[in-house]
Amino acid sequence: MDTYSSMRAFADSWALLALTLFFLGVIVWAFRPGSASKHNDSANIPFRHEDKPARSLDDDEGATSKKEART
Amino acid sequence: MSDYVKIAVYGAVAVFAAIAASYARDMAFQVHAVIVMLVGAGLLLMTLRGLGRVKPAHDDGYMDDVVRAGVIATCFWGVVGFSAGTFIASQLAFPSLNFEWAQGYANFGRLRPLHTSAVIFAFGGNALIATSFYVVQRTSAARLWGGNTAWFVFWGYQLFIVLAASGYLLGATQSKEYAEPEWYVDAWLTVVWMAYLAVFLGTIVRRKEPHIYVANWFYLSFIVTVAMLHLVNNLSVPVSIFGSKSVQVFAGVQDAMTQWWYGHNAVGFFLTAGFLGMMYYFVPKQAERPVYSYKLSIIHFWALIFLYIWAGPHHLHYTALPDWAGTLGMVFSIMLWMPSWGGMINGLMTLSGAWDKLRTDPIIRMMVVSVGFYGMSTFEGPVMAIRSVNSLSHYTDWTIGHVHSGALGWNGMITFGALYFLAPRLWNKERLYSLTLVSWHFWLATIGIVLYAASMWVSGIMEGLMWREVDAQGFLVNSFADTVAAKFPMYVVRALGGGLYVTGGLIMCYNIWKTATSAPAKSPASVAAPAE
Repeated sequence: MDTYSSMRAFADSWALLALTLFFLGVIVWAFRPGSASKHNDSANIPFRHEDKPARSLDDDEGATSKKEART
Repeated sequence: MSDYVKIAVYGAVAVFAAIAASYARDMAFQVHAVIVMLVGAGLLLMTLRGLGRVKPAHDDGYMDDVVRAGVIATCFWGVVGFSAGTFIASQLAFPSLNFEWAQGYANFGRLRPLHTSAVIFAFGGNALIATSFYVVQRTSAARLWGGNTAWFVFWGYQLFIVLAASGYLLGATQSKEYAEPEWYVDAWLTVVWMAYLAVFLGTIVRRKEPHIYVANWFYLSFIVTVAMLHLVNNLSVPVSIFGSKSVQVFAGVQDAMTQWWYGHNAVGFFLTAGFLGMMYYFVPKQAERPVYSYKLSIIHFWALIFLYIWAGPHHLHYTALPDWAGTLGMVFSIMLWMPSWGGMINGLMTLSGAWDKLRTDPIIRMMVVSVGFYGMSTFEGPVMAIRSVNSLSHYTDWTIGHVHSGALGWNGMITFGALYFLAPRLWNKERLYSLTLVSWHFWLATIGIVLYAASMWVSGIMEGLMWREVDAQGFLVNSFADTVAAKFPMYVVRALGGGLYVTGGLIMCYNIWKTATSAPAKSPASVAAPAE
C-alpha cells in the first residue's frame, strides 16, 4: 500500500479506537467515585494566592477564601 | 557580561537589517528591514546607556508589569482594529471612501486584512497573552518563569503586529486568510511563540498548586495548537532572501484544505479555547463563586479539542475537495454543539444563586452576554456547516454576520470584562474609575452587535436568495450588481453598529486610563481593629 492509503487505514482504525477510548477514559476519570471533593478543591484554585506566590507546595497562606468560596 | 552579548547581537541585527534594506527586492521588504534596523539600533542604545547600572534585586512576587503593558496594548489595538473595521464597512456602503489618492494602500482590499489581523491577533492576541500571564501565575501560585522572557514575548509580539500590518498596506501578503503575513514575519512569530510556550509551561512546571487549573489547560491547548497550525500552514519557499514574496509548498486543493484546517482551528483554538481559558478564570472570580461543575469543565475541554480539529472542511463545500472530507467536517461541526453548549452552560450556571449580581454589576453583565453570544454563534456555526444550508449562506454576508456575533459578542465582551476586572487589581486601586461608564460601554457594544448581526443576516440571506433565483425559463433573475445595490441599507446599518462598538471601546480606554491614574488607591490590608 502507498503511504497515503496505509496512513489513512491506520487513522480510521487504530487511531480512531485509541482516541475514542482515551475520551471515554477521561469521562470515567472525571466521574470516578470519590472525586467530588478533589474537584471542589480544584474549582477553588482561583480563590487562593491572589496577591503573592506560595512559598511551598502546601502553603495555605492567602487561602482564607478557600472555605468561604462556596457560600 | 550578558549585556556585552546583547550589544553584539543588537548591533549585528541592525547591520544585517541595513544590508537587507539596501538589497531589498520590493518596498514592503525594504520598509520592514528599516523597521528591524531601527528596533535593533534602539535596543543597542538602550543597553549601552544601561551599562554598569545596578540591576534591581530579584522580585519574588507576581510579575504584573508585563500584564499591565498587555492591558494597555489590548486597549490600543482594540480601538485601532474596531476603527479599521468601521472604516472598511463604510467603504463598502460608500465606495468613494476608497480615496483616489490612497489607491493601492488604503483601499478595501488592503485594509480588510489589516482589520482582521488587528482585531484577532493584535487585540485578541494581546488579551490572551496578558490574561494568560495573569491567570497562570495566580492559579499556579508561582511567579512567571524566565524573567524577562515574558517581556520578549510582549515586545516581540508587538513587532510581529507592526510588520504584519505595514506589510498588508504595502502589498506583502501570501493570500491566505488570517495567515497573510509573509515568510520572514511568520518565522519571527514562530520564535516569539516558542518563547511564549516556554514561559507558560515553565510557570506551570514551577506551580505550587498540585492540580493544573482548567483555565491553564485551555490556554496551553491554544498555545500548542496555534504553534502547530502556524508551522504547517505557512510552509513556503521564499523567492529571494531579500524579498517578501514566497511560494507555498502545497498546491491546489491540498493547499485549500491546509488553509481551512488552519483557518477553522484559528477560530477553534485562538478565538475559542484561549478565550474559554479567560472565561474559566474571570467569570468565577467576578461572580465570586467557583465554576458550576469542574467535572463538566474537564469533559468540555477534551471534547472541544477532540472535535474542533476536524471541522475545517466545512469551509470548502461544493469545491474540488472530495465529498467525504466535506461530510466529515460537517458531522464534526454538528457534534461540536455538545462541548460548546456544555461550556456555555458551565459558564452561565456559575452564576446560579448569584443572579442578582446581573442587576448591580455591569462587568458580570458583560461576561454573561459574552457567554450568551458564545452559545448563539456556536449554535449558528454548525447550522451553516450543513451542506444544504451552506449552499445558501456561503460567500454571503451571513458568514460575516456569524463571525462578528462571535468576535464582537463572545471575544470582545469577555475581553472587556477581563480588562475591567484586571485594571483596578493591576494598578492597585480600590475600584474602577466609573461603573456608569462600564454600563455605557456595555449598552453601546450590545446595541452595536445587534445592529451588526441583524443587518448581516438580512443582507446575507437576501443575497443568497437573489443569487439562486431563476425565472420560468431557468435563467438567473439578478445580476451581481443588483445584489450590491439591494444591500446598501444593510451596509449603512452595519457601519452604524460598528461605530457604536468603537465608541464603547473608546469609553473603555478612558475608563481604564482614569482607573490607573486617578481612582482611589487600595488601602493597605486592613488589620481587624476592635470596635471601640
